[in-house]
Amino acid sequence: MTTPTSTTLAAQLRAEVVQMSHRAKAAHLASALSCVDVLTVLYGQVLNLDPAQPDHPDRDRFILSKGHAAAALYAALAWKGLIAPDQLLTYGEQHSLLEEHPSPKLPGVEAATGSLGHGLPIGNGMALAARIQNQAYRVFVLMSDGECNEGSVWEAAMFAAAQGLDQLTAIVDFNKWQATGRSQEVLKLDPLADKWTSFGWAVTELDGHDHDQLLAALTRTPSGRPHAIVAHTIKGKGVSFMEDDNNWHYRVPTEQEVLDAKVELGVA
Amino acid sequence: MRNAFARAVTALADQNPNLVLLAGDIGNRMFDAFKDKHPTRFYNCGVAEAGMTGIAAGLAASGLQPITYTITPFNTLRCLEQIRDDVCYPNLPVILVGTGAGLSYASLGATHHSMDDIAALRILPNMHVICPGDAVEVELAVAAALELKRPTYIRIGKKGEPVVHGQPPVFQVGRGIVLREGADIALVSVGNVLPIALDCAEVLTDKGFSTGVVSLHTVKPLDHSLLTDLFNRYRRIAVLEEHGLAGGAGSAILEWGCTQGVDLRKLRCFAGPDRFLSACGNQQQARVAIGLDTGAIVQSLVQGWEF
Repeated sequence: MTTPTSTTLAAQLRAEVVQMSHRAKAAHLASALSCVDVLTVLYGQVLNLDPAQPDHPDRDRFILSKGHAAAALYAALAWKGLIAPDQLLTYGEQHSLLEEHPSPKLPGVEAATGSLGHGLPIGNGMALAARIQNQAYRVFVLMSDGECNEGSVWEAAMFAAAQGLDQLTAIVDFNKWQATGRSQEVLKLDPLADKWTSFGWAVTELDGHDHDQLLAALTRTPSGRPHAIVAHTIKGKGVSFMEDDNNWHYRVPTEQEVLDAKVELGVA
Repeated sequence: MRNAFARAVTALADQNPNLVLLAGDIGNRMFDAFKDKHPTRFYNCGVAEAGMTGIAAGLAASGLQPITYTITPFNTLRCLEQIRDDVCYPNLPVILVGTGAGLSYASLGATHHSMDDIAALRILPNMHVICPGDAVEVELAVAAALELKRPTYIRIGKKGEPVVHGQPPVFQVGRGIVLREGADIALVSVGNVLPIALDCAEVLTDKGFSTGVVSLHTVKPLDHSLLTDLFNRYRRIAVLEEHGLAGGAGSAILEWGCTQGVDLRKLRCFAGPDRFLSACGNQQQARVAIGLDTGAIVQSLVQGWEF
């Protein structure tokens, strides 16, 4: 059930991400905003993580394969208690492990992402390791739609299906944009859900901003098959003047724009 | 060498429950014994080397010790960024094994030659680069790499190479093996050219040159103390490698030597040219074509003796 807590949390994370982009003059704000609801539901209600033991062998694994959305991950990690909230202030600064793409040295980061197409193969290895070692943890990999341009994604998709890795869930943040154009036009991505189905995956197509739908899908474990969630999203979601405007792939908000965004998000 | 690898990995998997073998759709029958004994620890990852490298990283991040195996260019250059980002950056215990070192597959054409893999792998932080000289060194290298628990590349040949070591030598990653002492010429052999080095040593000795031979199986990290000793004691240091000159072991020795005050005029590098080798025949013919055979090496060293 969508709790006020969940929507409030998503708004808080969005405000944090907007503030971080401004402070660090860091790009990829709209890409981070589009996946905040997925992260909110994952970190709020799905992932089995103990902040006191971030390396516990039985923890669920989450890989932000679209590493350019790192700010959203850091905000979620801080909320969950895996990193200190104060650390968010150091985002993008020298001597901070909060780099614009996740460093494997940071607690809570499962893989060094930033180069696209790396997360799903690594997720395969983690899911396979669980099977080999008789562990029950789950593995979640969040990718962008542009990332599905990478051949390694489809190498991994075939392997996961061949091995029946049902502990693995891939989520595609399908915001219809990549860096320089519509993801349907740069390469022919549609029909994306059908692609995953044809690769042997169980597929759920949903509204990637609807927490009820996300919770239901993220807690679903189809027997014998990996699960792909094609999450229809809006790039820049939550801030009206950024929504579906690809200029915000690279643009950094001004101080006034941060204030406007916070008002709109209802976060003081 | 590849049969030695299969033998080694099967035996080591008996002792090490964390060892997982990943293959890129080659070597199927070779690993039958492994698959029989350890069915949950062998995976054919298909013709998908980037995917295989990522899988290895995920396994290693979860407490296992994966070994990836396929033909050298496919297991190195094809998936180089996965090796860099997924394996080396997090410093994970992944072992990459490339079969077909140098010109092992000369007749298959330049797509299957591997004259650039040492260069590509040794530039990556955290990576270790091991080039065994014979089947005995292959078995020892795999065992040592499993002990090391760091990113490691092992470059092996094909099958049927001469076995050099009658008895297993002491094998340590980063420590060359002295096979023969001398005073005039030190032949520093890297990888599968070790039998050539020993052959050259015989001929050079017959010609009156006191010749030593070292198997410098580890290119990264380099054995600095051994190299210092060689430069101090010998009048020539000749590096032999079935790899391009650019970025190979000789190049690594130059990078090291230029800050050490050793006399780099003593150094000779026998390596491959800066061009694709086409229509080069089998491995032996290709070696002759690029001057990496006993006759050419000996002639070059003897003719260039006075400087």
